[in-house]
Amino acid sequence: MLITPQNPASVSVSPARVALGRALRHGGFWIGGVIIVAIILVAILAPLLTPHDPSVQDLSLRYVPPVWNEKGSWLHPFGTDNLGRDYLARLMYGARISLGIGVLTVLISGTIGTAMGITAGYWGGWPDMIINFFITVRLTLPVVLVALVAVALIGSSLWLLILVIGLLLWDRFAIVVRSATQQLAQREYITAARAIGSSTPRILFREILPNITGPLVVVASIEIAHAILLEAALSFLGLGVQPPDVSWGLMVAEAKSQLLFRPWMIAIPGTALVLLVFAINLVGDALRDVTTPEGKA
Amino acid sequence: MLIYLAKRLFMTVLVIAVTSVIAFLLVHLSGDPAAAMAGEGATQADIEAVRVTYGFDRPIYAQYLDWAGRVLGGDLGRSTYLRADVTDVLATHIPVTATLGACALLFALGLSIPLGVFAALRPNTIIDRLSLWVAVAGQALPSFLFALGLIYLFGLYLRWLPISGSDSWLNYLMPSVALGYYATPAIMRLTRSGMLDVLQSDHVRTARAYGLSPWRVVIRHGLRHAVVPVVSLAAVQLGFMLGGSIVIETIFSLKGIGHLAWESIQRADIEVIQAILLVIATAYAVLTLLADLLNAALDPRIRIS
Repeated sequence: MLITPQNPASVSVSPARVALGRALRHGGFWIGGVIIVAIILVAILAPLLTPHDPSVQDLSLRYVPPVWNEKGSWLHPFGTDNLGRDYLARLMYGARISLGIGVLTVLISGTIGTAMGITAGYWGGWPDMIINFFITVRLTLPVVLVALVAVALIGSSLWLLILVIGLLLWDRFAIVVRSATQQLAQREYITAARAIGSSTPRILFREILPNITGPLVVVASIEIAHAILLEAALSFLGLGVQPPDVSWGLMVAEAKSQLLFRPWMIAIPGTALVLLVFAINLVGDALRDVTTPEGKA
Repeated sequence: MLIYLAKRLFMTVLVIAVTSVIAFLLVHLSGDPAAAMAGEGATQADIEAVRVTYGFDRPIYAQYLDWAGRVLGGDLGRSTYLRADVTDVLATHIPVTATLGACALLFALGLSIPLGVFAALRPNTIIDRLSLWVAVAGQALPSFLFALGLIYLFGLYLRWLPISGSDSWLNYLMPSVALGYYATPAIMRLTRSGMLDVLQSDHVRTARAYGLSPWRVVIRHGLRHAVVPVVSLAAVQLGFMLGGSIVIETIFSLKGIGHLAWESIQRADIEVIQAILLVIATAYAVLTLLADLLNAALDPRIRIS
């Protein structure tokens, strides 16, 4: 009978628990986390929080100013847009698109990038060379331009947009996972796992993958922010989210001509976008601080 | 060094070749190029005629080889919308983007190197933390919002600067700031860490012990060494900026290749689109090659491994 390898968690406190404990004592994690949770709640509860439908037009109520303006009213706290649609309702429903795109694209890009990174880092040699080459090719292609071309020529739909962004933003996952796996592959417990005859999939999924979750989560947070910004830029250029869907980038694009006379129409979705991305970056920075052993990057 | 040079050169050519295949496939497979060229309201017969005339009915690899052969001969094709050779169209647009990229890079370096040096001279003070924090917080600001903010403040409210066009140098000020700003945090951090390293080195201590003026020590003996990796980072950042120029040029109606790309995408002018993809990718590949060669020339460890 072979000696069964001991689960490291039973010997010492698991690194994930240590990191979580540290995160809860990190100021940036709390500030960012509260903002993100608030935005998620608003996105989910939008139908309960506003009586207005984001796409119902009322041409008799075009360009109602927001409540802090002397002509504003609480009926439309953030005013209405060029078609008389309630701006607050559009903002709330727009959060759904930004968050949804951020998370779904990262599921795609994270899966691709992690698979490539683990392959390159674990085997080295020619798989490493080929994957490195593809990372270089991907970095050479300009993201915004490629996404615009794909969306414009194939025809824009929300799912296509998610797919295109997901297929473009895997490079950082691949780079980070590759170097993390390279370091792990030389550790003694991996050699030990090989020596006791563990199958390769078992080593990859049970030994490598759980031990790279730290850097993986950090990259995921950066890339969610990246994807949200990319969606906003594409929507701003008119080739991202299409009406009747609402997105914050689209709201800025539609209000572009009102920059001088109604700057709040750009400031409102703009602030929401900056706040969300900033909060995600704060959490990402905090996670990087707590998952690196010294507690400092 | 020669072997390293040959290897890197070969890799760069390979990367550009594969990129060109992807660009070509992207443009040709993601829609029907014949339908796009024939324009709206074209009949099926018109589309078929265009397909045969331009050879879109041939297998895709034959079309690619044909295109690649022409590109190597210096012929990038013809713009169906502008009715001009793509090479000529690009020749009028590339200088605008090149100017924008150079100005944006100058702005980024001019802002981030002094800040980085200062942060290294006074590490962990409020100014060090603040400059890093402002830079990081700024990363949450999408470039198009930053650009609109600049337009509102300097173009519409104060009326100091023109908000669109590319006629005078004044037109380049806001776009350069809007584009260059995003390269500052990376350059600043690298300058800071480089300066921190070099300021603790023996030769700086010797220079200080000689009684040289503090500024002379920082600039001549410190910055000169710390700035080397910054130069190669700057080359890579310039490559990123070329890709990011599409958003900025569109907002400011600056008639560079980014603006041209956006217009061509709207017009489905596929020969122009694939040429711009190729040009930007090539520029990026060449800039990273230069950055790598610079690093290798200065650090022998890189070219041996």
